[in-house]
Amino acid sequence: MHTSSTLVLVIAVFAASLVEMVEALTIVVASGVSRGWRSALEGAAAALVVLGLLVVVVGVPLIRYIPIDALRVIVGALLLVLGLSWLRKAILRASGHKDPHDEDLIYAETVAELGEEPPEDERARARGRDGVGFAVAFKGVFLEGTEVVLIVVSLGAAQHRLGLAALAAAVAAVLVAIVGVVVARQLSEVPENTIKTVVGVMLTSFGVFWVGEGAGVHWPGSDLAIPVLVGFFVVVFFAFTAYMRTLLPGSATETSAPSGTSAPSGTSAPSGTSAPSGTTAP
Amino acid sequence: MTAIGRAVRAFALFWWDFLVGDTPELALATGAIVGLAFLLAGQRVVGAVLLPLVAAGFLFISTFRGRRRAPRS
Repeated sequence: MHTSSTLVLVIAVFAASLVEMVEALTIVVASGVSRGWRSALEGAAAALVVLGLLVVVVGVPLIRYIPIDALRVIVGALLLVLGLSWLRKAILRASGHKDPHDEDLIYAETVAELGEEPPEDERARARGRDGVGFAVAFKGVFLEGTEVVLIVVSLGAAQHRLGLAALAAAVAAVLVAIVGVVVARQLSEVPENTIKTVVGVMLTSFGVFWVGEGAGVHWPGSDLAIPVLVGFFVVVFFAFTAYMRTLLPGSATETSAPSGTSAPSGTSAPSGTSAPSGTTAP
Repeated sequence: MTAIGRAVRAFALFWWDFLVGDTPELALATGAIVGLAFLLAGQRVVGAVLLPLVAAGFLFISTFRGRRRAPRS
């Protein structure tokens, strides 16, 4: 396996884990502040253990028992779905068609929601445990982490580097946890939208490459095609973003767009319709 | 419905929402790219050029569908 693809693997997994764990941290901190730190940290730790088990239970059999070409097509398809979705959201956010991901807003909403929940019974509170706080922290970390697990298993299995991929994800998770403990709040300064763009580009590039490789397409330059694909999708990102900016309501060119180019009614995804925090929206 | 049935349904719905959700065109794109890749098996330049172009094409369609539109008067 070429060094370039290994480097892209590590960067993609690390960045994906970093950005998802920042989102998870927001939910854990909100849960800790609202319902008590013990339950929030226990919930987060339990979710991390389950996610780690998922990597082993799903990833190891994939590597051992599925033929490598079939595996590459499967993981390539999975990466394509995830990558195109991340890239789509990145373009919509960068062009102003979708509101940027806002950790401060998510934090405030989660704290408000948890504040409305009735308190646990006295015995549970005396033990420093809160079922709601545990459940919210667990759900937040697990749902955000599921995407990371998919990326780790997909990229790791396709290149037979599951350990390296898992290590890159774990390092990012530990890094976020340490910084979160030090600053004791959510990390709203992390440039999530930029990182998500980078991850979207990488996942899409890997997805196209592995699907082609597994199906029998010969890539010129073999693994060196991956950085070329990354460059192509970077150009696509900037070109589509620039074009989408011209379609913003109120922009000069939007009103003069040719008829027949509009999508069917009811298919738009206006801002504010994104999935709620703690769900699967990347 | 039994508890196992509910769990299976919830599991299936989770993955459906996770992988398809509100952008079925991207799932369709993935299927199309996989199919095209098998059609182009053994090709060199054609496959290497067409696959990323098709991915970019579907991405454009999906992004265009998700644009913010002016409210109807």
